[in-house]
Formats: sequence, structure tokens, C-alpha cells
Amino acid sequence: MTKEKHNELKKVAYKVRQHIIHMSTDGGCFIGASLSCVDIIVYLYLSFLNINKNNLKSPDRDYLFLSKGHDVPALYGTLAEIGLLQKSRLKNHLKTNDFIYWHPNTNIPGIEFHSGSLGHLLSVAMGVAYDCKLKKQKNKIVVILGDGELNEGSVWEAFLVAASLKLDNLIVIVDRNKFQANIETEKLNKLEPLSDKLKSFGWSVRKINGHIFTEIDGLFSQLSVHSGKPMFIIADTIRGKGLPSIEERADRWFVNFTKEEVESLLHELKTREMSKLTSETLMVR
Amino acid sequence: MNYEEILEKLVKNNERIMVMTAENRAAIRNLPGKIGGRFIDTGITEMTLIGMASGLALRGRIPVAHALASFLTMRAFEFARTDVGIANLPVKLVGGFSGILSDGNGPTHQAIEDVSIMRGIPNMKVFCPADEDDMLICLEKVLLSESPYYIRYNNRKPEYKHNENFEEGKAEIIEVGKDINILTYGALFNEAYNAYKRLKDSGYNAGLINMRTLKPADENIIIDSLTNCSLTVSIEDHFLKGGLYSIIAETALKHNVMGKVIPFAFDEKWFKPALLNDVLEHEKLTPEAISERIINEYLKIKKNNGK
Repeated sequence: MTKEKHNELKKVAYKVRQHIIHMSTDGGCFIGASLSCVDIIVYLYLSFLNINKNNLKSPDRDYLFLSKGHDVPALYGTLAEIGLLQKSRLKNHLKTNDFIYWHPNTNIPGIEFHSGSLGHLLSVAMGVAYDCKLKKQKNKIVVILGDGELNEGSVWEAFLVAASLKLDNLIVIVDRNKFQANIETEKLNKLEPLSDKLKSFGWSVRKINGHIFTEIDGLFSQLSVHSGKPMFIIADTIRGKGLPSIEERADRWFVNFTKEEVESLLHELKTREMSKLTSETLMVR
Repeated sequence: MNYEEILEKLVKNNERIMVMTAENRAAIRNLPGKIGGRFIDTGITEMTLIGMASGLALRGRIPVAHALASFLTMRAFEFARTDVGIANLPVKLVGGFSGILSDGNGPTHQAIEDVSIMRGIPNMKVFCPADEDDMLICLEKVLLSESPYYIRYNNRKPEYKHNENFEEGKAEIIEVGKDINILTYGALFNEAYNAYKRLKDSGYNAGLINMRTLKPADENIIIDSLTNCSLTVSIEDHFLKGGLYSIIAETALKHNVMGKVIPFAFDEKWFKPALLNDVLEHEKLTPEAISERIINEYLKIKKNNGK
């Protein structure tokens, strides 16, 4: 990866984090999960996926499916930065005059399918992947799952089927931030050893740090798809990454901050100086 | 042509058609070898089946997805609602062994709320053919529709020669009665048909309507029956709540019409599992039992009106 590319990725990821912070007020958003997958999403759109303004309807485009859904501020922020979504529309977050709500939907350019209910988009993506293979097209189909989402039985059902159908144009990335809603994943339903589980299901498995662009690039630039096996990538991430006062805190899953706190968090993003957050922590579920 | 021959023809003539199953091959046993990659068996995975079907539909395909009606509509309900319904994709969900056709399987397999729950999904249409011939007459139009559809697969042998004209939302009118009108759909059509003949043989001015699509339902024939006929009868292998009886009630309220209606349905109960003929006997759904109860109800109405 060139130094210029690396700087560009860092710059865009920083701006996307700013967008997320701006969306954490006036109703709020799922800030922790959004911040953990920013770097992956930014990398995919800027360096890996063949998705742009001009090919959104083309059958030859690559596909990205955001299955965990509530991290959509990271995706909308990225789509805004690459020019697929007007930046001004981000200000319509939770307003009835637009469709920028807590989960992705196809009224937003670049969104392939709605999500929100966990455990759906892997199988939807498999339908797309199957069709691309049947038509002998070379598109890449990427699905981002949450690690908490791996509690859903439908995901494991789909893991079985994808391997049996040899969907080797399918790449699943797990945002392994080690938290689900209100609790650490390993304190509830243990996922580890996750890579052994997926290997035993017949998937190719890789592991990366989901915040280090050189490492992400090291994997994706060498990725050998079409190997007969679907690809499962465990991206180790930090929930709330970029904001020390949010990072790895179970109670900062969903937040609705004041305007002052937003300003303070924007400052924190820049300096890593901890903000004083007085808004109540919210337990949504 | 039988069911799978029609599917094979559609697959060969129309590149959009895909045939899928969650390892329920009863209706499509010979297709896998004939249509190559256009056939997908996902295994016993109803959720993945419907999710994948939605993905294929996103790519412009029309997937025809088969599974046992119970598991297709209930285990995977949220996939039908959330993936197919919200996106309004032309996925065709074909439920096998629905209603009384599950005969000896027991309540786990008795899809007798399937019409109710599937018609509750916005955009989802519901087709319940009377028998194999009726299913084959309507099949091509239903499968080629741009709407999502739930299809109650029905391979009962026909006892009546059906009208070859099928139009979504239009019932097949065998006859409109003045005294008694039977409205029915699906696997109890033969019993309803024979009950109707018995009523006529006994001198009643009786009618019989095969609803074909329950959503959209033919509201005109319901209004007509409620308005112009002394007794309307609904016959269905479905729970009382949410099926045809409910559709008649909703239609009556919507159009502000009223009439006497008696339902044949399963009221807060599953049916006794047994071979089909014994189920019909036990549940009093033979033509004899149906016509006898209808005549008793009709005579009660006439007696009360005479007072």
C-alpha cells in the first residue's frame, strides 16, 4: 500500500468517525458498533470493492451487505465520503423527511438490502453469490456480520449451506469487537474458538486486526477467492474505537448525547483526551 | 403436463426461473438432473432457503422455493416477512403438505394457520388451488407474477373439470345459489363439491365458489353471496381465525353488508392425525356430514324467519 493511500484511508476513516459522533445526538445511535467497523468499511470501499456512483445498477458490480445493521452510521458516513450519498442528508438522521434511521434501507443509494433483524443478510448474499457464479461473473460478495450476531441460528445454517454450495465468491467479515448489546460475547454464549468452528464448517479462515490498514490490505490485496471455499475473516476490533471514553464499555452500546458532549467527543477523537459524559447510559434491550 | 413438467418448461423458456427446495423433493423429484444449476437444494434449512431466494430475486431471478408448509411459513416466517415482504420480491413460496394434506403427521406438520399468517404480510399474495388440475391451470400465471406469492401446493385428484381461465383475485364460480352458497378453497374442494351436489339433489338452490386466490380475494362474490343468498358457508382446512371465514367477515365490514354465515374450519384445535379419509370422517368433513349440517342450519334460519 502506498503512503498516499494509507493517509487517504486514515483521513477518510477520521471523517467517518466524525459523522458517527454527529449522529449520536438528537435521538442517538449505536455508536460502539459503528466505531468498531469504520476502518474495515472505509478500506473496502476505497481499496477493495468495485462499487461506485456509475455502477450501482450494474450486474458486474461488487456487493456489500451490512448484516448487523445497527452500525449503519459507519456505512452512511463512508458512502457520504465517497460521494454516493449527499453529506447534507446525514443531518436528516431520524427525521421523517428522509430515510436515515437506525438501520440500513434501500432508499439510500449504495444500500443493497435492508437489515436490522440479525442473521438475515448472509443467506441473502448467498443468493446473490450463487447467481453471480451461475452466470460466471467475477464479482465479489462481501457480508459484514457482528460477533453478537453469531448467536443467531440462521447464521450457522447459512454457514453450512454456503460451504456445501462452494460459494467461493463470498467473503464474510466478522466485526469481532467482542461485545454484543449489553455484555461481552464470551460471558454469554462463547464463540471461541471461532476460527476452528468455521474451519470445521469448511470455510477458509483468516484473522486480522480490523483497525490497522496495512494489515487489512496485506490480507485483501492477496486474497485468493475462487478457491472452492467461502472466506471467513475475523477482524479483531475494539468497540467504540477512537473514543477512549466509549471504548470497550458494555454500557455504551446505544447512546444519545447532548450537543456539548458531541463537541467534547469530537475533541476527544482528535486528542484522545477523555470527555466527561454525563448522559445516562442506555440499555435498549 | 404435471407440476414438475410445467416447472421444467418454465425454467427452459425463462432464464429468470430458479427451482429451490429445503430438501422437500416430493413435487420435484425429477428436476435436479434436468435443470442443472437452476436447481438448488439448501438442505433442511427453511430460513436460508428464503434468504437465498431473496438474494436470487435481487439479481432478477424468480425463485420457486419448496418446503413443507408448516416450516416454510412458520419456522422461516420472519424471512418471508422481512426479506421477501419488505423488499416486495417476486419469490414464490410453495408449501407442501399443507392443511389436511399432512394427514398422519400430527400437529407439528399441520399448516392450518398458513393462509392467515402469509396474507398478513404486506405485498404477499396467496394462492390455494382446489386440486391438481386447478393448480396446474393457474400455475404459470402465478409463478410469472412480479409479486411474492405463497402457494398451497395441492395434488389431490380432481373430481370436477375446472374453468381454464384464471385471473388473480377472481374466484371460479361453479354456480351461484339462492338458498345456500358454499365458498371454499384448497384441499377440501372435493368434499365441498360433493356436498354441493347433495344439496342440489335434495332440492336446494345451492351454489359453489372456488376462491383460488385468498389474497387478493374476490370480494364481489362474497358481497354477492352475503347480499343475495340465505346462507353462506365457508369450508376450509384452516383455523377458524384468519382464513376464509375471517376474510368474509372483513369484507362484510368493509362494504357494510351482512348475511348469515356458517364456517367449517378448525376452531381452536388441531385435527386428529390419521389417513386422509379417516381425518375427513373424524372431523365431520365428508360430503355427507357437511351437507347434513348445512341443511340443519338452513332449516333453522327458515324456521326463525317464519316466526
